[in-house]
Amino acid sequence: MNQALEHAGRVADFLEFAELMCHDALQREESCGCHFREEYQTPEGEAQRDDARFSYVAAWEYAGAGRAPVLHPEPLAFETVHLVQRSYK
Amino acid sequence: MKVTLHVWRQAGPADRGRFARYDVADVSPDMSFLEVLDVLNQQLIARREEPIAFDHDCREGICGSCGMVINGRPHGPERATTVCQLHMRTFPDGAELWIEPWRARAFPVIKDLVVDRAAFDRLIQAGGFITARTGSAPEANSIPVPKRDADLAMDAAACIGCGACVAACPNASAMLFVAAKASHLGLLPQGQPERSSRVVNMVAQMDAEGFGACTNHGECMAACPKEISIDFIARLNRDYLKAVIRRPW
Repeated sequence: MNQALEHAGRVADFLEFAELMCHDALQREESCGCHFREEYQTPEGEAQRDDARFSYVAAWEYAGAGRAPVLHPEPLAFETVHLVQRSYK
Repeated sequence: MKVTLHVWRQAGPADRGRFARYDVADVSPDMSFLEVLDVLNQQLIARREEPIAFDHDCREGICGSCGMVINGRPHGPERATTVCQLHMRTFPDGAELWIEPWRARAFPVIKDLVVDRAAFDRLIQAGGFITARTGSAPEANSIPVPKRDADLAMDAAACIGCGACVAACPNASAMLFVAAKASHLGLLPQGQPERSSRVVNMVAQMDAEGFGACTNHGECMAACPKEISIDFIARLNRDYLKAVIRRPW
């Protein structure tokens, strides 16, 4: 039993995951939901989406230590209810 | 504030073990006892010494993971309080505390303050369940349950399985734990089909694990962080007697 090693492993996992989150955020060049980038916003300051380019869920594959993860986009297709811009007015 | 801790250190199950003294300064009265151990462990790691191994999870008194004996009392001196809920303001500045793991034959020490409580898992597997397959949660009002029974069952169900009762008992009996589970299920309609077999099987498993017998000390109830009453032990004894006489299966 080595609890300190277990905790160190968890911290390592957190750091790896944080790095992946940054990677994902940089890759998504739009604002969508809680992913907000200052350079992609409407004149009212709301999230500005780019549905043409980013209508997918990003699943990342681990490619080994020190290697960039591989993106596997899972496309989102809305047939009955179409994507619109939400208005809080 | 400052505290002096004498902590039981044991490198492994075969190690004889010993008390090690640690003086911890800059303890805030608002810290929980486990936070003090965290701080101490940081210091030990910085000095390249082996940190103290101890169990914990929720840190809020509900999961049943944490458990250590402080000055002879499981979970420390406060009533209805787990060691993760114990605040240092309970103790005076300069307090000297002896910290030990749960002591019981059925709970072998793994390392330092960590003991193996798989015996409790085996007790539950022996009978602490119902076998009715309900699929997803059934409509709650389809079987009416008297409020008095439901409240009493909830009191018993409050057991978090920490093992303080075993640690407190001079006989290291698990009767309060078994009684809590058997009463919780035995008081409810869903628990009736297996009420007899449950009690007999859990008691048999308890004896097989090497827990002691109950001789009415009542230390278990005093140590229990959920204040489970020994009335449930009386209830267990009655159920056991009825089950052994009737032997309906």
